[in-house]
Amino acid sequence: MAVHTISFEPDDRYNAFLKVCTKPSHGEGKLAGVAIAVKDNISTQGVETTCASRILQGYVPPYDAHAVELIKSAGAAVAGKTNMDEFGMGTSTENSAFGPTLNPCDAGRVPGGSSGGSAAAVAAGMVRMALGTDTGGSIRCPAAFCGIVGLKPTYGRVSRYGLIAYANSLETIGPMANNVADVSLLMSVIAGHDRKDTTSHDKPYNHTPSANIKGLRIGIPEEYFGKGVDPEVAAVVRRAIGRLEELGAVTVPCSIPSMEYALAAYYVICTSEASSNLARFDGVRYGPAADTRKSWHAAYQDMRKQGFGPEVRRRIMLGTFALSSGYYGKYYAKAQIARENIRKDFARLFADVDVLCGPTMPTIAFKLGEKSDPLSMYLSDILTVPVNLAGIPAISVPCGKVQGMPVGLQIMGRPFEDERVIDVAYAYEQVVKP
Amino acid sequence: MVTEKDVEHIGELADIGIDTAELATFTGQFNAIVDYFDVLDRVQGNGAVARDLYNVLRDDVVEISLSQDEATRNAGAREDGFIKAPRVM
Repeated sequence: MAVHTISFEPDDRYNAFLKVCTKPSHGEGKLAGVAIAVKDNISTQGVETTCASRILQGYVPPYDAHAVELIKSAGAAVAGKTNMDEFGMGTSTENSAFGPTLNPCDAGRVPGGSSGGSAAAVAAGMVRMALGTDTGGSIRCPAAFCGIVGLKPTYGRVSRYGLIAYANSLETIGPMANNVADVSLLMSVIAGHDRKDTTSHDKPYNHTPSANIKGLRIGIPEEYFGKGVDPEVAAVVRRAIGRLEELGAVTVPCSIPSMEYALAAYYVICTSEASSNLARFDGVRYGPAADTRKSWHAAYQDMRKQGFGPEVRRRIMLGTFALSSGYYGKYYAKAQIARENIRKDFARLFADVDVLCGPTMPTIAFKLGEKSDPLSMYLSDILTVPVNLAGIPAISVPCGKVQGMPVGLQIMGRPFEDERVIDVAYAYEQVVKP
Repeated sequence: MVTEKDVEHIGELADIGIDTAELATFTGQFNAIVDYFDVLDRVQGNGAVARDLYNVLRDDVVEISLSQDEATRNAGAREDGFIKAPRVM
């Protein structure tokens, strides 16, 4: 196959990239010559991959993630690695060890997280598409805050092979772009079975978006417009849903009672998985070297104290606590039951409606440094985490502005009906097109 | 109520390397978060969570993989093609 190169020298004033590939090569295919930015927790052969953490500084993966292999095979040029909250732990991209990414819509505000670099790179026009990852909203939140489109695919639809694990039972790789058609195109390349990921399903995605949503039943969960949701954001989203009704969709009020437990269940599960997954970062196999003259625990503790940022250390400790004897039943076991209840609530609703709609985020992008207390940052994830707990697909599509900042409409669907959430987002996008 | 002593112990278990100056901040944040987690006390339901996938493993046959050099290249300390680690005993 012919190999070409493109020149990629972006003006990265928003600190979207941790590493820029200035002359990436590419082949032929449906993404021929398209510059795609890749989040820095997705392995890229021969290109440093740090998860925005000092503990992985200098790590050069010897292999590509499956999704990266697929975009390269389709002709894409990997334009660089994007900034993120360290290991994906955050909602603002302020937790990067290499400085925050700024929001291209207002550089005094956060781009959202954790895939903030990918969102900013797309929003600023540096790349046409990007790969992000979504553990509790990390694709949809920055998509909403930066005014782009981001899809969190059904769990198992895109291989996680080569995605550096933070919380495996929740996270997935997904596409981000300026419009729904490009998100759909990138999804068609990265979806499909991969035997290297034991949770992978054989559900390829070959879909052309359709704007016909006549007769579609849309559930409107009251919790998505309740306490903690900015009334101005809620109003913009309600107007967007009104446009879908004008296109022939039918709205049905509904409720997700188990949402009350979603955020707590999410944080117990993700921190528990993180405490186990991140045990591998010991300065032995990758990253800066541990002092081999010291004893194991001393060398290990020194390395992890210096290498991990405060949020990562906090989450590892919270997870260690939630899994410790005496507390396991109170936290981890209960969180798993709550997760199952959330899954059942969604299944019950999807027996009656085709999709659920609400805001992606409860507010517009906040100002840099505005949320310094961890719990208040966690509370921002309330509308995105239920989807990850249930493993269902959801998309965020721009639907208006509040105080000049973008607002995202979130569309959630049945498992493996990624096509349907894409269609609804596409229908909305077509009707509001200038 | 999580005490500074608890946080110190958890830090030890997690090998996270906490020093005394950080203990108060971490403990305060821990308590706020753990208080929030207490909502889970009210969760109703029980039983194991069943999934339709179980131990999805491939057959144990040798396949092409990374070479020893590729697999050890990122290690901070190497010797004779092996990874050097801090002493355990």
